[in-house]
Amino acid sequence: MHLDWTALGQVAAVSVGVTVAVVVVFAFGVLGLARLEGAREQPGGTSSALGLTQAALCFLACAAVVTYGIYLIVPQFH
Amino acid sequence: MDHITFLVAVVIVTALAFDFTNGFHDTANAMATSIATGALAPRTAVLISGVLNVAGAFLSTEVAKTISGGIVDDTLVSPGMIFAGLVGAILWNLLTWLVGLPSSSSHALFGGLIGAVWVGAGSHGVNFDKVVEKVLVPAVASPLVAGVAALIATYLAYRLTDRARKDSVTKGFRIGQIASASLVSLAHGTNDAQKTMGVITLTLISAGALGHDAGPPLWVIASAGLAIGLGTYLGGWRIIRTMGKGLTEIQSPQGFAAETASTTIILTSAHLGFALSTTQVASGSILGAGLGRRLAEVRWGVAGRMAIAWMVTLPAAALVGGLAASVVQNGGDLGTAVVALVGAALAAGIVAVSRRNPVHAHNVNDAHEVSIRTEPPAKVGTAA
Repeated sequence: MHLDWTALGQVAAVSVGVTVAVVVVFAFGVLGLARLEGAREQPGGTSSALGLTQAALCFLACAAVVTYGIYLIVPQFH
Repeated sequence: MDHITFLVAVVIVTALAFDFTNGFHDTANAMATSIATGALAPRTAVLISGVLNVAGAFLSTEVAKTISGGIVDDTLVSPGMIFAGLVGAILWNLLTWLVGLPSSSSHALFGGLIGAVWVGAGSHGVNFDKVVEKVLVPAVASPLVAGVAALIATYLAYRLTDRARKDSVTKGFRIGQIASASLVSLAHGTNDAQKTMGVITLTLISAGALGHDAGPPLWVIASAGLAIGLGTYLGGWRIIRTMGKGLTEIQSPQGFAAETASTTIILTSAHLGFALSTTQVASGSILGAGLGRRLAEVRWGVAGRMAIAWMVTLPAAALVGGLAASVVQNGGDLGTAVVALVGAALAAGIVAVSRRNPVHAHNVNDAHEVSIRTEPPAKVGTAA
């Protein structure tokens, strides 16, 4: 029996890293969304456009990760 | 069609039945947290998950070349042993469903096969170091890694969105959950449906109905996909309740963090060739997400019972598998029929007991406990 500790460590490190990164970026997207919705109720600030940009960029990044995930799942793409 | 003997036909039907229990046992892995946070309505959630499981089954061309991945010596495995192993796996899946415990369907299948091969071919047919490598190590490591990832992610998600508008945050993460839960379902379909396809294909090959190295015929792919999809759609509501409500009270940022952790770990380990249980990964993620918000939120009693169920899964399924194998071996076709009938009767009995206190789409979020006693579940939570 041989256990591939390096591969196990890789899975652990990559998993934790990717999870945290995706959730943090998504959280920033949600923050942008919250700012956008807050700005809608009190118009007249620049935070509306800023919020929208922040949300769009963050969700776009998450969508890219999801696309890569689908690519990994579907063997026909390899 | 001369090659399709009585035994082969029974194996195919049993394999599809296992596939079905696999589907409904594992709906919770992808959808429990989405249902608990209200990101998806219960019926919608199981429909999406079911459809994605069928899609996943058709997408996975890489059908398992071995039944067990080397845990048992595949050259010694006869259709009778496969049948006995499947019976063990199905009964264990149903029993854990009855008490609302998420347990690994793949471990149940391995356990059933180990028991059947041990009795049918002797202990040399079982590769015990492979059992350690492929079952024990991932079973300890994967929930741990999933838990740590979900814990850190949950903690950061709450810290970052602390001062933002609560309703926007909840809504945002709920939408995210739909995507993350869908990915888990798709990954599940590509992984688990192909196990059943592998079992049926190898049985057909060993019976001479298919040539060596033949891929699964279309009807095998379609029936395996439909069985797992239908099982998923019917939904193991008892397990969904335990995972969505029982372990911890889940909010949408936690649900998103947990599902992201599950997806990432399933994908990275599949990429590097680790076999692991979706169930254990998902449970670990949910626990971690519970801890990330507040330590006291986790019901350790439930977590403990789950851990015990995981440890017992393999030996318990092995016991039933071994028992069934000895009957099949000594009784021939008659023994096979007896095992099939007894298995079906036990399964019907378990379903009948579940009816005394049913959990379904309408009451899945009402309580956090799954009881097999006859009291209405809604009263249990409010008694204190």
